[in-house]
Amino acid sequence: MILPALFFYLFATICVASAVMVIVSRNPVHSVLYLILAFVNASGLFILMGAEFLGMMLIVVYVGAVAVLFLFVIMMLDVDFVELREGFMQYLPIGIVIGGIFMFELLMVVGAWVINPSVTKTITAAIPTNVSNTEALGLVLYTKYIHYFQLAGMVLLVAMVGAIVLTLRHKANVKRQNINVQNARTPEMAMALRKVASGQGLQDADAAEWVK
Amino acid sequence: MTIGLGHYLAVAAILFTLGILGIFLNRKNIIIILMSIELILLSVNINLVAFSTFLGDIVGQVFALLVLTVAAAEAAIGLAVLVVYFRNRGSIAVEDVNLMKG
Repeated sequence: MILPALFFYLFATICVASAVMVIVSRNPVHSVLYLILAFVNASGLFILMGAEFLGMMLIVVYVGAVAVLFLFVIMMLDVDFVELREGFMQYLPIGIVIGGIFMFELLMVVGAWVINPSVTKTITAAIPTNVSNTEALGLVLYTKYIHYFQLAGMVLLVAMVGAIVLTLRHKANVKRQNINVQNARTPEMAMALRKVASGQGLQDADAAEWVK
Repeated sequence: MTIGLGHYLAVAAILFTLGILGIFLNRKNIIIILMSIELILLSVNINLVAFSTFLGDIVGQVFALLVLTVAAAEAAIGLAVLVVYFRNRGSIAVEDVNLMKG
């Protein structure tokens, strides 16, 4: 009985500590690495709660994709991050005041609320006890919530297309294949027959057309 | 010493506050601001999963999955905008974002 509590405090402490390091560390690369640590520990919390699939998903999506994306962008952009840290101390008081107010309110809510006993009667889809978490999630996700699932796929598709459209750029001096132009070529367009006078070679007037 | 719903909600509340604090402290560095938003979304996910498991209703986990999707899409779009902005202006300082005079 003591072991789950021990692991909860372990994961929670590391998660919160690395979240602190995300926002205070000087180097953004370190921030991303602490973000990864926070996500790994949060996935430990998920597994402790019994949501194994989401815990694994958190590692796959955040550590495997999002954090790598952050790292990639930070290393690709040549930004002077020291300059960006100016004003850190200037914003510290207002940040602590507003953060403290948020914290106080949220902890008041956590400390004071009670669950309405009738809420257990209005459960939408009870967690089945005889199947694994992944299977239980699939049983509702692909049946009852199929539209939301498809919508999530559309969101990802739009995000992918949007990111490509935003960042793709065509350089002017790079040659690209234009299939329409290729298919429309005829022998008349592609070739020019010239009678080259002996001893004179191609004249300049011919050469211009030749190059084209 | 059993770990109840309140423990997980407290962790989520602390993470949420740290996310808010991160947005305030790193007013100039938009990459850290994006990371703070990820922290906030993570705390929302912890809340959803905690309520889901403690009330015995799996819909909370479905919702957490959707939040995860939106967070990934938001990070991709945000970083793409960041890259384009850096290409055009040579800087990612938030205070330089004043072209629209808003």
